[in-house]
Amino acid sequence: MTRIIVGPFNRVEGDLEVTLEVKDGRVAEAWAGSPLYRGFEQILRGKHPMDALMFAPRICGICSVSQSMASAAALADATGLAPAPNGRITRNLAHAVENVADHFTHFYLFFMPDFARAEYAGRAWHEGATERFRAVRGTAAAAILPARTAFLSAMATLAGKWPHSLAIQPGGVARALEASEKIRLFGLLRDFRRHVETVLFDDELEAVASLDSAAALARWAAEKPRGDFGAFLGIADDLALEQLGRGVDRFMSYGNYPQAESQFLRDGVWDGRLHALDAQAIAEDVSHAWLDGETRHPAQGMTRPQDEKAAGYTWCKAPRLAGLPMETGALARQVVNGHPLARDLVQRGGGNVKSRVVARLLEIAVVLPEMEKWVQQLVPGEPFCTQGEMPSAAAGAGMVEAARGSLGHWVTVEGGRIVNYQIVSPTTWNFSPRDSGGTPGPLEQALVGTPAGEGNVAVQHVVRSFDPCMVCTVH
Amino acid sequence: MKERAETFSMPASFNLLWLQSAGCGGCTMSLLCSGARELTSALEAVGVRILWHPSLSEESGEEATRILDRCASGELAVDALCVEGALLRGPRGTGRYHRHAGSGRPMMDRVQEIAQAARYTLAVGSCAAWGGVAAAGENATDACGLQYEGDQPGGLLGANWKSRGGLPVINIAGCPCHPDWITETLTALALGAFGTQDLDSLNRPRFFADHLVHHGCTRNEYYEFKASAHKPSDLGCLMENMGCKGTQAHADCNIRLWNGNGSCARGGAPCISCTEPGFEEPGHPFHETPKLAGIPIGLPTDMPKAWFVALAALSKSATPKRVRENAVADHQVVVPPVKKTGLK
Repeated sequence: MTRIIVGPFNRVEGDLEVTLEVKDGRVAEAWAGSPLYRGFEQILRGKHPMDALMFAPRICGICSVSQSMASAAALADATGLAPAPNGRITRNLAHAVENVADHFTHFYLFFMPDFARAEYAGRAWHEGATERFRAVRGTAAAAILPARTAFLSAMATLAGKWPHSLAIQPGGVARALEASEKIRLFGLLRDFRRHVETVLFDDELEAVASLDSAAALARWAAEKPRGDFGAFLGIADDLALEQLGRGVDRFMSYGNYPQAESQFLRDGVWDGRLHALDAQAIAEDVSHAWLDGETRHPAQGMTRPQDEKAAGYTWCKAPRLAGLPMETGALARQVVNGHPLARDLVQRGGGNVKSRVVARLLEIAVVLPEMEKWVQQLVPGEPFCTQGEMPSAAAGAGMVEAARGSLGHWVTVEGGRIVNYQIVSPTTWNFSPRDSGGTPGPLEQALVGTPAGEGNVAVQHVVRSFDPCMVCTVH
Repeated sequence: MKERAETFSMPASFNLLWLQSAGCGGCTMSLLCSGARELTSALEAVGVRILWHPSLSEESGEEATRILDRCASGELAVDALCVEGALLRGPRGTGRYHRHAGSGRPMMDRVQEIAQAARYTLAVGSCAAWGGVAAAGENATDACGLQYEGDQPGGLLGANWKSRGGLPVINIAGCPCHPDWITETLTALALGAFGTQDLDSLNRPRFFADHLVHHGCTRNEYYEFKASAHKPSDLGCLMENMGCKGTQAHADCNIRLWNGNGSCARGGAPCISCTEPGFEEPGHPFHETPKLAGIPIGLPTDMPKAWFVALAALSKSATPKRVRENAVADHQVVVPPVKKTGLK
C-alpha cells in the first residue's frame, strides 16, 4: 500500500486535494479533500434577506448565475412570489447561457488538455490532440475563447454582466428587454449554434440531440469526422474511458428551467428506475468534516467550523438523499429527464468518464435550440418583474441545476433578518466525504480501482469528468 | 493624469504566475471573457508568458508544486504574481481555513514567500485587495487583502511592503474585476510603462480608478431630474432609492462596459461600489439607499449636501412628464417627441 496525496488539482474550479491508497497499481481507497473554507453561511446570518442576492453569486465565479437563481428562488418561495413570465424566461436564458458556456469551457479548457500530456505519446491520436487541445497553446483555445466571449456577451443584455449580477430578482429580472434586444439575443444564439455545429459536432444540434442509443452514437461517430466531440469519442474508445470512474449509479436532479406549467428538465432520482425526488429526505452529515453538529436537513442545517476535529479530512459536508450518496450533473439530469442516449449509456456502463462527458455535450445540443424558442416567447411591454414584500418571518427553498449538478439554497427569516442560510452545491454531493456509516462519496467511490501511480493520469480524468467546482463545494 | 511621453520596451519575457486563495474564481472567469481575439496570444504579443495558472495550465499536483517551489526560490523568475482571493489568517492565526492542496501549508505562507521573490505583485479583485466578500460579517476566517484590511493599510504583507520592482501591491479591485483592467495593467507592466504615478491613493491603477461608475451611465437623464426608480425593473435613476453608489464608486464600468455592452446599472442593478474597500459591509441593505430626513446619506462624491438638496428640489420640479413617467415604468411609456422643424 502506498499513500499518495494529489494536489493542487488544477483545471478544476477552486482547490482540491485527493488522497489515494494505492495497491498493486490501482486505487484501493480514496478521500476527497476540500481545503478552503470561506463561511458564506456564517456571513449571511443576520443580514437582510435581499442581501443574499449580493452574496450568493459571489460563492462562485463559474456558477454565479446558478447561485443567484437558487437564492432568488429561495427568496421568492419565502415571499410567496411567482415570477412574471417574461422574468422567468429571461432568468432561464441567463441561466442556460451560463450552463452551456460552462459545459463548453469544461470540455475545452479543463478536460481535454489532459490528452495532450506526454504520458500518452505514441498513441495514434496524441499528436492531433496535442495540437488541438494542449493547455494554453492548443489551436482549440484560440477558437473557443472568442466564441465563448461572444456567447457570454448575451449576459450584458440579460443580466448586465457576468459573473456576479444583481439583476436576477425573486420576481424576475431587474431590467425589461426591448424588441431589438430579442433580435440581438437570437442572433447571438444562432452565432454560437453555428460555432458549436461546425467545430464541436460537425453536425446539426438537432441531429446530435436525437441520437438515441450508444449504438446510434457509435454509428454517427463512424460516418465521418465529427469535430472535437468525435475526437473525444475516438480517444474514449482507445482508452476505454467507459470503464473508468464508475460512480454510485444513483442519479439525482432537482429539475431545471421552469416553464409555465412544468420544468423543461424534470426532477427525480434514477437508480435503474425513475423515482420522485423527496427533498425532505435530504440531510447533511458532518462526521468527517471539520465541522461540529449533527446530521440535519438543510432547512435546519448548521455550519460550525471545528478545525481540530480528529475525524475530519475536509471542509465539505456529506449530503445524502434518504441516507444515500447521489451523483449529480449533466448525466444525472439527462438520465432523469429520460434522454434515450443517456439512459442507454448508464444502463450499459453506469456513470463513468465517457458517459459524463458525452452527457455534457449532449446537453448543449438539447438546450441551445430550446433557448432560441425561449427568446421568441418574450413579450416586450409586458412586466419582467413582479413585486412583493417578504413577511418578517418566513422560510423558503430554492432548488435549481447548475452546470455541474443540483444546487439548493434554504433560507429562514425571523424579525426581517436571515437567521439561517444553508447552501448545498453540486460538488458537495459529488465530492462529499464519507458519512457516519463510512460510506464514501461519489468521487471517492468512482476512484476505487482506477490505475494510479507514476506516469498514469487516469485519476485526473476521473476527477475532471465530474466537472468539480470546489469553491461552491464548501462555500 | 499627467501626460508624459514614453517609449515602450518589449520584454524578452515577462513571466506571470497566478495563485488563488479565498475567492470564487470569478476574476479568472471574467478574464476569460476578455475581448481580445485570443487571450493568451494577446498577452504573449506583449511578452507576457504564463508560468502557471490554476484554471489554464497542464501541470497538476507535484508538477505544479515544483513550479511554485522554483518560483519561491527565485530559480524561476516571476515578473508578475497575480493573487486572486483573500488571504485567510484564521483560525487563531494558523491559516488552516485555506491549506494549499498537496503541501498542506497555509496558503498565506505560500503567497508571502512568492511575493518576496516576484518583481511585481498584483491583487486581482477586491478579495485579494481588501479582503472583500470573504471578510464580510464577523470575518470568522480572519480574511484580509495582500496589503490592506478593508481600507486600512497592512493586510498580509504589511503597510510599507514594496515588491522587488519597487511598487506596493497593485490593487486591481472589483468584484469581479473587468478583464481589461487585468490585461492592461499586465501589459503596461510588461512594457515598462507603469509606475507609482499610475496608482491612486488606494494603489488601484488610475486608468480605471480615476473615473466614477456614474460616468457614461445610461440613466443620466433620470439622474439629472432626480426621476428615480422605486422598484426593480423601473427605468429611473437608482441612486435615490435603490442603493446605487455609482456617483461615488471609482471605476469606468459605464465607459468601458462589461461583456460587450453591459454594466450593473444597465442590467437594472445598483452599483454596490465593488471596487471600494469595505463594500461588502455597507451598513445597510444593498438594494436600499440609506437616508437621513429623506436625503440620501451617500451623496455624489464631491457635492456639498446643501447644493444637492437645492439642485434636487429644482430639478424635480422641472422634470418633464416623459422622464417622470418613464422613471417608474419598465419600458418607455412616453417616447421623446419628434420635432419636425429641424433641430437647432
